[in-house]
Amino acid sequence: MAGGQERALRGRIKTIESTKKITRAMELIAATRVVKAQERAAQARPYAEEITSVILDLVAAGAATQHPLLREHPEASTACVVAITSDRGLCGAYNSTIIRLAEKELTDAKAAGRPYRLVVVGKKATGYFRYRGYEIAGTFLDVTDRPTYDQARDIAGAFREEFEAGELASVNLVYTRFMSAASQEAVSRRFLPLQVDEDEAAHIAADLDYEPSPTVILNELLPRYVESRVYSALLDASASEHAARQRAMKAATDNAEELKINLTRVMNRARQDSITTEIMEIVSGAEALKQDKGSAEDLLPDLLNPSHAFAQQLDPRDAARSMH
Amino acid sequence: MPLHVELVSPEALVWSGDVDSVLLRTVGGGDIQFLTGHTPVLAALDICSVEMKRTDGLLEKVAVRGGFVEVSNDRVKILSDQGVLAEEVDPNVVRGQRTEAEAALARVQDELERKKAEDDLKWHAAQLRAAGAE
Repeated sequence: MAGGQERALRGRIKTIESTKKITRAMELIAATRVVKAQERAAQARPYAEEITSVILDLVAAGAATQHPLLREHPEASTACVVAITSDRGLCGAYNSTIIRLAEKELTDAKAAGRPYRLVVVGKKATGYFRYRGYEIAGTFLDVTDRPTYDQARDIAGAFREEFEAGELASVNLVYTRFMSAASQEAVSRRFLPLQVDEDEAAHIAADLDYEPSPTVILNELLPRYVESRVYSALLDASASEHAARQRAMKAATDNAEELKINLTRVMNRARQDSITTEIMEIVSGAEALKQDKGSAEDLLPDLLNPSHAFAQQLDPRDAARSMH
Repeated sequence: MPLHVELVSPEALVWSGDVDSVLLRTVGGGDIQFLTGHTPVLAALDICSVEMKRTDGLLEKVAVRGGFVEVSNDRVKILSDQGVLAEEVDPNVVRGQRTEAEAALARVQDELERKKAEDDLKWHAAQLRAAGAE
């Protein structure tokens, strides 16, 4: 019985070891992906910065204020929520935080008696909201692992035209902001109407020549600005996802290591116990026999003589011969 | 003093460096060449091949697919939806794509599709021009 316990423990240790190998590999993969995602975010930054500065110039020139992407739409009541989650799990609380935040936005809208429009990115949020019977206006899968600008354009297309047409009162983007490899934060950002900080714009010289005209340029520029903002949110979410997965997998690896040490200890004790029991059995058996037979000297020869133990079964002639 | 050019697409910085002149095509405004000391301009960019004369005398060509160009204080910012350096263009591949796009243009029905197919054709032509294959 004791040996059985030891074997079972050995099996469990083996399982934990192979699990540990998997989580370790996932941790390393996630670590390299974080770096890659950060690089991509760094590459996308020049465009985002330049387009922002161009828009600020236009705002300073006074072309901006009445564009449908920049102004409030008091006639509309629908609140749009865009939730960005991942397609795969094993990344700690990454998805559940976003889902909770997005659901809160939806319940707030419902409580205020306003209709909502839900756009989801990633399998996790899709599954969650569909299962709970929320109406999903748009679903985008296979994005956050490695987002591309085309995907950002598609996602922006899911709400931009409706907003311009005055069907949506607001668009909120719920995603995870990447601050550093150690800290990410789930945020719900007011995305549309676009916020342009006019104070910042004021000090920029606004004596530009426009070709063809400021309004035409703004009409072309703002949709791209929206896309670029969505793209940087996707890149942030992607980097955060990989960082969260790296952390979750590191915790799992550490846990497996600890579990392995503990189980090894239990297994060694079990083995030692069974050895001790066996020795105890032998010793106590010998002790019991010793008490039956008196002195130690005649114990072994007496036991070894078969005629003592099997007197009935042995042929008497054989016994006589051996006595001879 | 040379012009400093930054040509960016949403996904990456395509090219940056100092040049003597930049030649590009704007929507409605035709070809414009920028030299040092140009008056500040903000213009919508056509699908075209941007030609930049580098300070070391070499000609740098980049195919761009729409976007904007802003010039101020001898800095040229080109924001394009897509940008491909001339040396990255494979003329044979692009010619193949162009044949497909021509076939697509012959098939299209509505106005939106026609516009897209025409843009595709222009984009292929711009790439070939940049690569000096046409």
